[in-house]
Amino acid sequence: MALPVAAAPPVRRGPLPWLLLRLGGVVFVLWAVATVTFFAIRLIPGDPAEAVLGGPGSQASAAALAQVRADYGLDLPLPLQYLHYLGRLAAGDLGRSYSLREPVGAVIGQNLGGTLLLALLSLLTAAVIALALAAWSTRGGRWASAVTWVLEVVSAALPHFWLAISLILLFSTTLGWLPPVSVPGPAGLVLPVLTLAIPLAGFLGQVMRESLLDALGSPFVLAARARGESEAGVFWRHALRHAAIPAIGLAGWAFGALISGAVVVETIFARPGIGRSLLSAVQLRDVPLVIGVVLVVALGYMLVTTLTDLADRLIDPRPAPTTAHRGRS
Amino acid sequence: MTLVSVRDLAVSFGGTTVVSGVDFDIEAGQCVALVGESGSGKSVTARALLGLTGGSVNAAELRFHDTDLRSASPSRLRRLRGREIGFVSQGALVALDPLRPVGREIEDSLRIHTRLGAAQRRARAIELLAEAGVPQAAERAAQRPDELSGGLRQRALIASAIALRPRLLIADEPTTALDTTVQAGILDLLESLRDAGTAILLISHDLAVVSRLASHLVVMSEGRVVESGPAERVLAEPRHPYTRRLIAAVPTDRPRFERLTDRPAAAPAADRPQASRDVVLSATGLRREFGSRVAVDGVGFALGRGKTLGIVGESGSGKTTVARLVLALERPDAGEVRLLGRPWSTLTEPQRRERRPGIGAIYQDALSSFDPRLTVGQILADALSGGRSRRASPEVVALMESVGLQASLASRRPRLLSGGQQQRVAIARAIAPRPHILVCDEPVSSLDVSVQAQVLDLLDDLQRSLGLSYLFITHDLGVVRHMSDDLLVMRHGRVLEAGPTESVFSRPRHDYTRALIDSAPRLG
Repeated sequence: MALPVAAAPPVRRGPLPWLLLRLGGVVFVLWAVATVTFFAIRLIPGDPAEAVLGGPGSQASAAALAQVRADYGLDLPLPLQYLHYLGRLAAGDLGRSYSLREPVGAVIGQNLGGTLLLALLSLLTAAVIALALAAWSTRGGRWASAVTWVLEVVSAALPHFWLAISLILLFSTTLGWLPPVSVPGPAGLVLPVLTLAIPLAGFLGQVMRESLLDALGSPFVLAARARGESEAGVFWRHALRHAAIPAIGLAGWAFGALISGAVVVETIFARPGIGRSLLSAVQLRDVPLVIGVVLVVALGYMLVTTLTDLADRLIDPRPAPTTAHRGRS
Repeated sequence: MTLVSVRDLAVSFGGTTVVSGVDFDIEAGQCVALVGESGSGKSVTARALLGLTGGSVNAAELRFHDTDLRSASPSRLRRLRGREIGFVSQGALVALDPLRPVGREIEDSLRIHTRLGAAQRRARAIELLAEAGVPQAAERAAQRPDELSGGLRQRALIASAIALRPRLLIADEPTTALDTTVQAGILDLLESLRDAGTAILLISHDLAVVSRLASHLVVMSEGRVVESGPAERVLAEPRHPYTRRLIAAVPTDRPRFERLTDRPAAAPAADRPQASRDVVLSATGLRREFGSRVAVDGVGFALGRGKTLGIVGESGSGKTTVARLVLALERPDAGEVRLLGRPWSTLTEPQRRERRPGIGAIYQDALSSFDPRLTVGQILADALSGGRSRRASPEVVALMESVGLQASLASRRPRLLSGGQQQRVAIARAIAPRPHILVCDEPVSSLDVSVQAQVLDLLDDLQRSLGLSYLFITHDLGVVRHMSDDLLVMRHGRVLEAGPTESVFSRPRHDYTRALIDSAPRLG
């Protein structure tokens, strides 16, 4: 019968141990990210001291290089440099950028806002496009579902740099509606946001359409219709919530995709942000800035996944299925 | 005045006609039943009254009260749904939105059709739940469907369907998949609604269920009405062979080994051991705990060669755990299971492995017990060879014939078969290693009565021709009485009553057993 006969009661951890476990995980991930980045960036050929003095073209004197090495602790053995670095990180000091000669914290502070705004607007735009596509494909019959399927697959496959250049060619060069570079104000945001939102909308749309169709074909939707519920009521009250569950599950991944997309988009549209800072920092072997940006992104990623977990619990309060033996239904 | 009038109804989906030539009337306060097996078109017929078939509907007449449903506008239909016609949909367990509290679904009916404020709606929803027989209605209203039992969910669904006091209630398989006593409670509820003046269109595959409520039966087969008339007349003197088959298929009150279908019984095989007092399976003092919950406590029994031991009980009674202990899929916390007079539950799994062919199992959900990528032929070849080969062989064909499957089905995948065929494949797989014992855990509970009859007859045949012993687990008293020599009644993990089946049924010693027997639906 329907009830699990031999299933153990679902294990529900209290909120406090859950939070502690989560925090421990965050600290561990941050340490791992800092360590991997610290060593990985040393693998790029070249001398960091040269990077401090303006790159290989600066033709710095041997004395100046030696001075920089002493100042920045670059003459110490690598393990020692690593421990020094870790010690400063633990105290909350991200160090000074080699290339910009400013505290890394300040550099990130100046650039973070622009990137977050870009990511957030792109996420919202993608969700709206995906929902509209999914809703149209479930309502509009066979033709609409074929068209949206093609649209979703194609847009999910679009590379950011190609999309950005195509949008510039269309809307700036040919039509002249929007600026080709990111100028302050809303007009400058439209093309960067679209570049990031369209491929994401393709992914989200595919997932949402699946679950929307499942929900609309389910007995509880039939029951709602038989109660006299209108099509709009069925959509907003029942189907949408079911469609949102997998989309929210993807939000953590989407955040990562948006940040890596931001590196491309901010560079093409000459828009200040941590994506562009990261690219130039890697090119200049600016170790503290690279690690700083990567840590902030990692922290943001974990924040987003925690938030999506919470949102998921709110939308879908059913206890998670246990691996214990379930009864037959 | 006639409340519902249907004449020459036809429903088609993309050019395929699934229902045609359906006529029936429903008077105010009358219960009419649509009876037939899955795919006979009864659900589609009922949904035509709501305009929710999803196909194209044609009829000479399709009228509800003063509304011509053929020409009614979508908004007129929406006002009818829920307010004039309540609908309790098939699948009690999935017809409520799993993400919302059940009270909200009832409030929705009120929100759509009345001007009540939110607080009034909430209060009314709780009243309706209480009316539908839900205890502690206020707390239940705030719970989600997964927190309620099957019976309470069905009551909540009925509460949402009757919120606006509709003149007609359509109930599509309202008691399928529910325990016997829960089923009896739901039928009581529907009966009281009918007596209060609500007309009911009841849909079921089980004549025994509908015969209690309906005054008029409409028997459907393959999209057509084959017979209709007053319930007593149809049950007492069925005119159509299909109706006769449906009536014959009901196992309740039918003696052991009496045929439920018109297929002749198989002859007992001479070379196989016959029924005897030899004990092939025994259990003593079985106990199994899950955390702090005791699922099985002090269960013991002995199963004789060629005999059937029935275990009957409701959800949560521990009968499935007993099956898992017998199959040595769980280790007992106390007690022992012995197989063919030798130790079984005390062995280690490697020791047990070579003796596993001696005991097989079939389950309620046959489909999910198959590897979905294998064909029927591969599944059976795999079972015949003990997992060494999946190649087709003459033995596979012989095995399929022995369970009444056409050899041409060997190349199909199980999910493309009907429910009855799937269960036959499961039985064929279970008997392939020539076991002595078959554990049957609710083997017919999700099948239509007519298909159930075929499977039960098949199990009878196999028992006689192969000398199999069955441990037969079910919640259905009609089935267990027809199938078992001895009976164990379980409740809360304990054995309440045990003995020869007929003496338990004729002289139940325990009140619970008596209540179970009384709540089983019977014909007429």
